[in-house]
Amino acid sequence: MTETTGFSWTPENEAAAQKHIAKYPEGRQQSAVMPLLDIAQRQNGGHLTIEIMEYIADYLDMAPIKVQEVATFYTMYNHKPMGKHHVQVCGTTPCWLRGSDDIIAACKSKLGIGMGETTADGQFTLSEVECAGACVNAPVVAINDDYYEDLTADSISNILDDLAAGKEVKPGPQVDRQTSAPVGGATTLKDFISEGEGA
Amino acid sequence: MLADKDRIFTNLYGHQSPGIDAAMKRGDWDDTKGLIGKGRDWIINEMKESGLRGRGGAGFPTGLKWSFMPKESDGRPSYLVVNADEGEPGTCKDRDLMRHDPHKLIEGCLIAGFAMNAVAAYIYIRGEFYREAQALERAIEEAYAKGFLGDNACGTGYKFDVYVHMGAGAYICGEETALIESLEGKKGQPRLKPPFPANVGVWGCPTTVNNVESIAVAPTILRRGAAWFAGLGRPNNTGTKVFCISGHVNNPCNVEEEMGISLKELIEKHAGGVRGGWDNLLAVIPGGSSVPVLPKDICDTVLMDFDSLRDVQSGLGTAAVIVMDKSTDIVKAIARLSEFYKHESCGQCTPCREGTGWMWRVMERLVTGEADKSEIDMLLEVTKQVEGHTICALGDAAAWPIQGLMRHFRHEVEARIDSYHAKAAE
Repeated sequence: MTETTGFSWTPENEAAAQKHIAKYPEGRQQSAVMPLLDIAQRQNGGHLTIEIMEYIADYLDMAPIKVQEVATFYTMYNHKPMGKHHVQVCGTTPCWLRGSDDIIAACKSKLGIGMGETTADGQFTLSEVECAGACVNAPVVAINDDYYEDLTADSISNILDDLAAGKEVKPGPQVDRQTSAPVGGATTLKDFISEGEGA
Repeated sequence: MLADKDRIFTNLYGHQSPGIDAAMKRGDWDDTKGLIGKGRDWIINEMKESGLRGRGGAGFPTGLKWSFMPKESDGRPSYLVVNADEGEPGTCKDRDLMRHDPHKLIEGCLIAGFAMNAVAAYIYIRGEFYREAQALERAIEEAYAKGFLGDNACGTGYKFDVYVHMGAGAYICGEETALIESLEGKKGQPRLKPPFPANVGVWGCPTTVNNVESIAVAPTILRRGAAWFAGLGRPNNTGTKVFCISGHVNNPCNVEEEMGISLKELIEKHAGGVRGGWDNLLAVIPGGSSVPVLPKDICDTVLMDFDSLRDVQSGLGTAAVIVMDKSTDIVKAIARLSEFYKHESCGQCTPCREGTGWMWRVMERLVTGEADKSEIDMLLEVTKQVEGHTICALGDAAAWPIQGLMRHFRHEVEARIDSYHAKAAE
């Protein structure tokens, strides 16, 4: 059994939840269960509990089992406490071809934990994920909401060091490159390159 | 090579702002009212004439799909659902379209939605694309602020809303009926068809599900005319396509090119060539993980479109080109895909739920060679028992990479088994 949380929305999250429910037709509030589970998970520091799922079931007028079905079907809902930084290494073939084995080894060695484990200080949880959908910037690691791309064992180690030290880290490609354009510069659309206006 | 003037996604790489003012300078939202004023039949007819085939993998004609929607409501509203659950290994094009050129998608939602008499569009984006969803939300807010969406969209008198719905990590939700289930707040398990979504889709209402790219190209096609789009590529394989080139190339990248470009030209012009040169090429998966792998001799000449790749027993799929050079353990590369499908099977149909795990475990033994050669045919037989025997195509997608491997690299698998047994006998 999980601990009793006495979970209820913060005022900001209540407003966010209502905004999601309003996207769907009257009486179809169940459609909001996924975004609401996400908001609740963030409010709870990264994982869901039975009490939270029951709270959301009550909030959306759903059977509790229907909420649990959703919360256990999708991989982004966590059911145990997570580290502050959730390090999600993509290991699917396009990343594997570009050296994701080295990235996984570097993460394990730097953090001193295995897959699915959390560091003793609660800073990091390490997971292997299936295709992150950034394959031309492989190998890729997602840490919380951001993607870190074009990684090497060194660059991911530095990122983990910086996060551990509480420093800012820059998401996106870790080599000199504009998003998904080829290294060395785009082969197309050269007239559309305007300096300083990049996303 | 496609000329820049014929490229639709002129901010593919985000060199310019994705904001609405910059997007309008690039031509988005230019007299959308005029396009809508030409009417539903004109829009659907132009889309049919353009020859656009769905960009999500299956290649079904987009205009024809739109025409399946009821012309008159029977009291139920109709919906457009955009499939932005991009997760086919190798594929990362919709991510760029949404974060760098979101207004093409949003304007496309309005036009497509109008053409099929829909009241709203829901863009279902994979949960991992959190930043991309934020970019979309920002762009949608901008469009509402300009009056391009809402009660009187673009001054047409047509009411239309666009919403973003985030997934939470499930490849299967890229299958259209699983996506609809997920949008209804359920587990993403595919539905039996019929009824088809155009009759009974989300919340029991007529629904069309289209890929991001299919919707995002629509405004440009309508502005420049069906004949322009149809004049690019080859008959039945028209237009431009965003290709994703990953793996063992010197410069992996996304790029918009003409349909029917040769695979070799695509890789050499835009991705800096195969690592170590073209002769160092072993194989290419030309359309995302679900399509069968091709050996170098086919890659030498094959063209990148639906029909050319079908003719060599593979497919264009999502146009995600995964390149493998001669250093690649091809058995391991395919085994990793088998692991992917085992992980992503939703568990609803027995042949897929049990078969994906079984196929993966055999593939893992073939990687080391710890197997008997008779197991190759047994494995192929099991792929045939999974293929075509499940509600959705995930079972097929798990079967095809293994079939492709054995079609072209069976000798490699057999050599590994021989080598394992020779070592064991020592």
